[in-house]
Amino acid sequence: MIFPVSATNGSATQKGLRVGLFIPCYIDMIFPEVGIATLQLLERFGLDVHFPLGQTCCGQPMSNSGDESNAAAAEHLFVENFAPFDYVVGPAGSCVKQVRCHFDAIEQTDDVRHVRQETYELVEFLHDILQVDSFPWAEFQHSVALHNSCSSIRGLGIAKPSEIMGAPFDKSAALLSKVRGLVLVPVDRPDDCCGFGGTFCVTDEAVSARMGLDKVHDHLRHGAEYVVSPDMSCLMHQQGIARRAGLDLKYVHVAQVLNGGPF
Amino acid sequence: MSNTKKADPAAAAELFILRDQVHEPMHDRFLWATMQRRDAQAAAIPEWEELRELASKIKEHTLTHLDHYLEEFEANATKRGAHIHWAIDAAEHNTIVHSILESHGVKELIKSKSMLQEECQMTPFLQNRGIKVIESDLGERIQQLDGQPPSHIVFPSIHKTRRDVAQLFARKIGTDPNNDDPHFLTEVMRNNARPRFLAAGAGMTGGNFAIAETGTFMVCTNEGNADIGASVPPLHIASIGIEKLVPRVEDMGVFLRLLARSAEGEPLTQYSSHFTGPRKGGELHIVLVDNGRSRRLGMPDFWHSLKCIRCGACMNTCPVYRRSGGLAYGATYSGPIGVILDPTFDEFKYSELPFHSTLCGSCTDVCPVKIDISDQIFKWRRVMAKKGYLPLVKRLAFAAAGRAFGHPEEFRLMEEAGGPALGYAPDFLLYNHSLNPWGRDRQLPQPAKKTFREWYLANRSEHGND
Repeated sequence: MIFPVSATNGSATQKGLRVGLFIPCYIDMIFPEVGIATLQLLERFGLDVHFPLGQTCCGQPMSNSGDESNAAAAEHLFVENFAPFDYVVGPAGSCVKQVRCHFDAIEQTDDVRHVRQETYELVEFLHDILQVDSFPWAEFQHSVALHNSCSSIRGLGIAKPSEIMGAPFDKSAALLSKVRGLVLVPVDRPDDCCGFGGTFCVTDEAVSARMGLDKVHDHLRHGAEYVVSPDMSCLMHQQGIARRAGLDLKYVHVAQVLNGGPF
Repeated sequence: MSNTKKADPAAAAELFILRDQVHEPMHDRFLWATMQRRDAQAAAIPEWEELRELASKIKEHTLTHLDHYLEEFEANATKRGAHIHWAIDAAEHNTIVHSILESHGVKELIKSKSMLQEECQMTPFLQNRGIKVIESDLGERIQQLDGQPPSHIVFPSIHKTRRDVAQLFARKIGTDPNNDDPHFLTEVMRNNARPRFLAAGAGMTGGNFAIAETGTFMVCTNEGNADIGASVPPLHIASIGIEKLVPRVEDMGVFLRLLARSAEGEPLTQYSSHFTGPRKGGELHIVLVDNGRSRRLGMPDFWHSLKCIRCGACMNTCPVYRRSGGLAYGATYSGPIGVILDPTFDEFKYSELPFHSTLCGSCTDVCPVKIDISDQIFKWRRVMAKKGYLPLVKRLAFAAAGRAFGHPEEFRLMEEAGGPALGYAPDFLLYNHSLNPWGRDRQLPQPAKKTFREWYLANRSEHGND
């Protein structure tokens, strides 16, 4: 399969850079189309993208549960796999936040520092590093509710949190607004957590499900057909809630929309 | 390890949610609306973020020079005629208060809201010694009548509907159980409380801020109940945590601008009262309480929690607290600030609290004194894991997952054994195949026919040996 390289997009100096594609374990197994969309999208910008086959998981479930000793092995392996690349890009805010902010279970060698510093969530990589100004191949004739995950907003800074005062910005919305036909609908609680929270969604099931249901209703109330997010884990949770409640909402990753599929 | 039973916030929150279709949605909506008022008030102040930074710096400075400012406060308050007492812990606080009351022959006490007195369990201590204690804050009085602790540090009975209050008053005061008009209920409480103010031999308050340079302390309320309690009875006793110190009067220009806006989305509390020495003919005692604060000051990861000004904004913004109700935490302090404070009192009893959070980070961003609450929750999880307080199923599962995630070939085996065809995503999250709480309220994700890895090997064969 060959994908056209767009010459009109992005910063020319970035072409040919070696990018390590970080596909979180749940995306690999449950949402392979998100991985495919991410890979194809990055290739469109002329980057040399590789998926290191030795990768497993970033160790977030253990680390978030306070279990540093069991997180350490995953962290070592991650660094070993991704140290050779100029950039590491992953389509998952919470996993990227784990790498950048919480890889503390292992010794901070030069490789570890390099990987932590150069690992980007897909939206911020497109917005800040490639500075993409158009997605001519993409079209999405739907009303969309955007769900930026808490890790992406408050951990990585891809949008202004509502609690912090200052000029508003939202990198995901900025990218999606360049997609032909796509209409973003406003929602009541754009950055109120949806209740996924990793292991929280099973250890605190009742609260998690209630938060998810409130989120689904917020999206429905405003006429969204699709919910789009840079974090598939939040969507996996919301989708499960919506399906159980028999509510008609579709969930796709921002990479699928920006790449024009696959869906 | 203490022998006390662990607080189980997840189970208690589930009961709050399942109770009916009224309480949890009301609780969530009210607090969310409070947050929106807070956001609007904060947005109206261009220097809001600078104020937060300044408040944080003032508190950090004070806490790192606490001995100096405490002695300055003591000297100045004493000069103004107040009696200063030092209490190392809750027991000493309660004993001091009791001995002051006893020496003055006080049999009935009217008190305003104080989380510190709550923390010290002062009311049961005094009542067991024959002293009648009446709460004068409306929400606290409702909780007292119901035999419950406050569920929120600013709105003590916020988990109750007005119908709950009408029925409670009917039982305890004899009013019409069907009249749940808030004006009526407030008037009932006002008339019920008024004679108590006159009968009380002493009034007790807490203190929001203690100002070192003048020996003044401030009490901020909306109902004015603290002011009556401090003005009518001849004896005024204030309990103040040692972390409440600020150096100068002008510092209040920072904190008062932040406090009510953060707490309730109002520019200022109705009453912001300064108490400097006893009033004419009265007597003022100030009990400065440590109760674990010095020890917390020595904890590198957690001492910043002492900056807290008890505004409750972290509770209002917390999506988990809003769905749980404060009583679910089973502790004096609930919500995000409770999650990081309570374990400093009893690590085992409150070991589940740090897990009652999605780590969304909103609490950190809303905090007017910039406490890194979310990071501290994360760090408390590490403490609980190191102490061996993680539930056993989680410990075993993570040990197995830890091995698999460190070794690609084991991970592949795990992938193949579980297999996407089985749609085992939820179990995958807990790494425990015997439990599946995912499915109670959620459909399982549809399994993928082929993993991304398989697609990649088939479609990017030139990269096959990456």
